[in-house]
Amino acid sequence: MQYALLTAGAVICAVLAIYSKRLLASALWLAGASALVALILYTLGAHEVAVIELSVGAGLVTVLFVFAISIAGEEAMDARAVLPRPLAWTLVIVSSILLGWMILPSISVGSPIVETSFAMMLWQDRGLDVLAQIALIFAGVLGVLGLLAEARVPIEKRVADKPVTQPIAAAPAQPAGREVRA
Amino acid sequence: MILSPLQIVLIGVLGLLGVGLYGLLVIRNLIKIVVALQIAAKAAILALVAAGQTSGQVNLGQSLAATVIVADTIVAVVGLALAVQVRKRFGTLDVKALSTLKG
Repeated sequence: MQYALLTAGAVICAVLAIYSKRLLASALWLAGASALVALILYTLGAHEVAVIELSVGAGLVTVLFVFAISIAGEEAMDARAVLPRPLAWTLVIVSSILLGWMILPSISVGSPIVETSFAMMLWQDRGLDVLAQIALIFAGVLGVLGLLAEARVPIEKRVADKPVTQPIAAAPAQPAGREVRA
Repeated sequence: MILSPLQIVLIGVLGLLGVGLYGLLVIRNLIKIVVALQIAAKAAILALVAAGQTSGQVNLGQSLAATVIVADTIVAVVGLALAVQVRKRFGTLDVKALSTLKG
């Protein structure tokens, strides 16, 4: 029952994130879905990942979304979709049925294998993943710089906007009473 | 029919993946496309942890899920940066307006 409620809540939050008209509301519904996914992870026994998901998925990513929306602004768009909606629904339903048909019958809780702790697994057994994560974090820093950077104005526009230079007029004479004293 | 917790979670994974895929296929707003990508990535994280439970290797599933969370966050950062720059350059967030090739 607990799993069903959490899972249904996460899916409903995701649907509302897709269907909400305002971008800010969409980002907040996504944060709600992240928080519920973190709760599901916690109840599944994945405590460390639940904490990471709650702090990064529901915290950092939401702040980034709000920041980007405040820079880019809300934009009203007409309701036309990229793909016709019936075709999109068909693709989604077919792919979900295929995936469920392949996955669901084979689910059973396996007998626990004696394995190392999460920290040992992450830092030693999956050391290459950690290196990849460090490289990705550098890419993220570049992404933040891109988020903050000003757009470069094209050269033609810069030349067109430049004011026409006037001939230099004669410099005004210094007022009589203001002589420079050595 | 009584479903086990793992089966319920995997049905949720299918739901989240479906919502994310539908959003990617339909939405034209660049920022909402990143939202749809995030939803699909949440489904992948849940599926990895559930797969770890199924195979009895919970910590392996957790470490893979942590890697996916980091990659997913970086994808969001870079996608949002691209969206902001597109908005500054083209004045819109509509993906259809980005097509510069006319045929």
